[in-house]
Amino acid sequence: MKKAALRRYHAPAYDEPIVTEMGRKGQRGIIPPRADPEIARSVGAAEQLVPRKMYRSRPPALPEIDQYHVLSHYLRLSQMTLGMETGTDISEGTCTMKYSPKMHEQLVRLPQVTEVHPLQPEDTIQGILEIAYRLRGFLNEISGMSEFSFQTGGGAHATYLNACLVRKYHESRGELARRAEMITTQFTHPCNAATPATAGFRVIILPHKNGYPDLEALKAVVSERTAGIHMTNPEDTGIYNPRVREFTDVVHDAGGLCFYDQANANGLLGIARALEAGFDACHFNLHKTFSSPHGCEGPASGAYGCTERLAPFLPVPVITHRQGSYHLDYDRPESIGKIRSFYGNLQCVIRAYAWILSMGAEGLKTAAEISVINNNYLEKLLMRIPGITHPYAEGKRRFEQVRYSMETLKAETGFGSHDIQDRMVDFGIQSYWLSHHPFVVPEPFTPEPCETYSKEDLEYWAAVIEQACREARDNPEIIRGAPHNQAVGRIKDFSAADDPARWAITWRGWQKKKASRQAGRAQQ
Amino acid sequence: MRPEPFVHPYIPNSVPELRQAMLDEIGIPGPEAIYAEIPEELRLKRPLDLPEPIPGEMELKGHVEAILRKNLTCEEYLSFLGGGCWRHYVPAVVDEIVNRSEYLTAYCGMNYSDLGKYQARFEFNSLMGELLDLDAVSEPIYDWGTAAGLSMRMASRITGRSEVLVPGTICPQRLAEIRTLCQPEPMPGSIRVRLVDWDPESGGLDLTDLKRKLSEETAAVYIENPSYLGFIEEQGGDVAELARKKGALTVVGVDPISLGILEPPARYGADIVCGDLQSLGIHPHCGGGQSGFIAFRDEETYVAECPLAIYSLVETVREGQYAFAEVRAERTSYGLRDRGKDWVGTASGLWTIAAAVYLALMGPQGMREVGQSIVQTSRYARKLLAEIPGVRIPLRSPSFKEFVVNFDATGKSAAQVNRALLEHRIFGGKDLSAEFPRLGGSALYCVTEMHSKEDLERLAAALREVLR
Repeated sequence: MKKAALRRYHAPAYDEPIVTEMGRKGQRGIIPPRADPEIARSVGAAEQLVPRKMYRSRPPALPEIDQYHVLSHYLRLSQMTLGMETGTDISEGTCTMKYSPKMHEQLVRLPQVTEVHPLQPEDTIQGILEIAYRLRGFLNEISGMSEFSFQTGGGAHATYLNACLVRKYHESRGELARRAEMITTQFTHPCNAATPATAGFRVIILPHKNGYPDLEALKAVVSERTAGIHMTNPEDTGIYNPRVREFTDVVHDAGGLCFYDQANANGLLGIARALEAGFDACHFNLHKTFSSPHGCEGPASGAYGCTERLAPFLPVPVITHRQGSYHLDYDRPESIGKIRSFYGNLQCVIRAYAWILSMGAEGLKTAAEISVINNNYLEKLLMRIPGITHPYAEGKRRFEQVRYSMETLKAETGFGSHDIQDRMVDFGIQSYWLSHHPFVVPEPFTPEPCETYSKEDLEYWAAVIEQACREARDNPEIIRGAPHNQAVGRIKDFSAADDPARWAITWRGWQKKKASRQAGRAQQ
Repeated sequence: MRPEPFVHPYIPNSVPELRQAMLDEIGIPGPEAIYAEIPEELRLKRPLDLPEPIPGEMELKGHVEAILRKNLTCEEYLSFLGGGCWRHYVPAVVDEIVNRSEYLTAYCGMNYSDLGKYQARFEFNSLMGELLDLDAVSEPIYDWGTAAGLSMRMASRITGRSEVLVPGTICPQRLAEIRTLCQPEPMPGSIRVRLVDWDPESGGLDLTDLKRKLSEETAAVYIENPSYLGFIEEQGGDVAELARKKGALTVVGVDPISLGILEPPARYGADIVCGDLQSLGIHPHCGGGQSGFIAFRDEETYVAECPLAIYSLVETVREGQYAFAEVRAERTSYGLRDRGKDWVGTASGLWTIAAAVYLALMGPQGMREVGQSIVQTSRYARKLLAEIPGVRIPLRSPSFKEFVVNFDATGKSAAQVNRALLEHRIFGGKDLSAEFPRLGGSALYCVTEMHSKEDLERLAAALREVLR
């Protein structure tokens, strides 16, 4: 293995003003369509068409900027965003930041997607319904489920949908009042605890035992009060729970339902499915496992799949196929109703469809296998770095990601995973994801080198972490002052964002608070 | 051994030599050594039953395009559909920016490496703050309905009360989303959703009914402006006053493109304002362009109860330089899991960038002008249609861009009219007859700044022919 040379990276640093500070009075960025002069003559001025007390009394204090400078401002901000395609998102563990093929962007920018209104008659949106219906078939096969809904707008939304379906299922059996508890595990994504709580359930979080969810603890808490379980496998740690079937059996025996958070299913495509592990429902993040880009956190899609047992409760409409055409079925008396307007983010559905079709069965399995090989290769490189460990499940291989710890590094140098995070970006890679809260693994970080990344990418990533860890020992000043090669310097005081007197959520808020601080000083 | 190695352009390490070199370094014969953890009975022992792949980019593009071309578009047909998803003009610069690789693919890179993303978010908050006349705006959620439901849950936590009052004219689909979020009554902490009656002449909220229903239980009164049925609710100030007297909050759902000419709800007493960003520079995408925003007073109580991410401007060690940080992250479900405020997660971040660029381009003058264009063009359409024999405009209140058209006196149902309009390559307004039986055979027509005088005359002529 050749040693990876570290890049002499520096982020573009434009010292770009806030947009509200830009422009000059009277400048404008665009001339919107105006009403035809004859229309204006016929109906009169806008002021007369709006009730007087509802007419805007003061115009909004938006900036006035010419078009070129709006464009260059947002281009500069984009350059000061590493993003996924320049940043090597190996760093974003639990999130499978894989390559989103550019051709898919050409597809979703066609007017047959962008200029379609969701309320058009069914027979005028057959193309998009056909793609959704076909993807439903692909995902049924990949998961073993029998129905899929694309209505949710993200992964957490899909876990919320599951909580709503579980609620409806028990309601339909007259057991809702009793089945008030939802179980989840410590290393499952936090939304699996949060969304059932929002749906009104009392949530029980199972502790882990050496990195595995504790089966004995599950047996101790299941009862006739159990509504269901939300779990994932492998968990955030990358550790696969081989006793998963016992978990689902225990919950089923108590009359509960089992949900598998497969937001990130990358390591298991074509290898193992939700059905065989005993789950009644699961979800895939089309914006992770199935290549739709993340878009600064959406628009996204948490494709939700379930067995026949839960299908009657899915939100309306369900896309169906009969007599050679595709339909939106609203006639579902047991449905939970609506969870999102219209039909979800179908642009993500189109991309996922194209991606699966580009891969085929063998390609999906290759993606899974390479992602676990990549991960184990990166682990090999990272575990050579003094100060890095991966707690729990000794001797067991992780699947598609690993939760590492810098606890030893912290003990030896005083620098932990936050400090290394601030330094690693100086070498032109994205800052790593630490861990969900609470930090059960101390000083955590969680890379996930999915199939997109090359051997050299993994070696570079490991070399950056190694460099930063070496600096923590040899050159502490450089870590303390990091980052050095970014668009801005170190944030002076994060606590300002937690203090109502100092936080500034908008520019106008910033100005008001600054003025009041100045007035306060003047008085003193 | 596979006869031919599967090397995919999206998988660099699928080259057999590279794969082997990595396996050697790991010290295992193959991925099966990793998958050995999976019990035999849970393994899928056959290949997935999927269609033959289309690995070639050109062929795949052709395949998907051929399916998508079965869709008709609002460019080919003249469309009067709205109802929460609208067709407004999207400036070219907006598309140029939201399609930039960096914004399109960025995820949760931190404060420094994704600085531009954070600044664009903060600018979205700041520009929306000006439009709404409010100092606090959060990251958006999936759509208007979710934003409204979460706003009500915020109001319930802030007031410690468990009932919300909602106008009977609300979009039924949105109401269904709100009901999902407010939970069925047997659940602990559920919020009762009660409908307030409306005046059949104006569409406006029936204040007598509101007074009757307002109580010490009321967490919030929710109204919409412009309403789902298109009319401008003139009594916003009265509603907020009545709510305040009972200790309830006022939540207003708003279509933000109206705010160049309509008074922002905060000025007539709204405490929380929500709505959909889709009208601000986002294509319809068959419903994939929705994004629900929430804005509120910059007060600790409101921030503490907001489930969504909130960002603040902060200073760096370099004089006069800004960066951005999350406000009180520990209150969210990322911080507290089941004890956090509802939940937070990936929702519709890219659309905040579209909306920011849109508002920066439009400025105060553009927002005023687009509002004027919409209200004038829509009024003209309303006038043209009202002149058609048998066609009636049942709600007399001024409307912004959508309005109700009734066909009862023509002897044709709204569905029949719409079917006949398709022959003229026109998508008529959304059929309301199932949603609002009280309005008879009516449809909701949406007219925006993109409709020309000729478009409207074409609609009127087609309707005359259809109804003859």
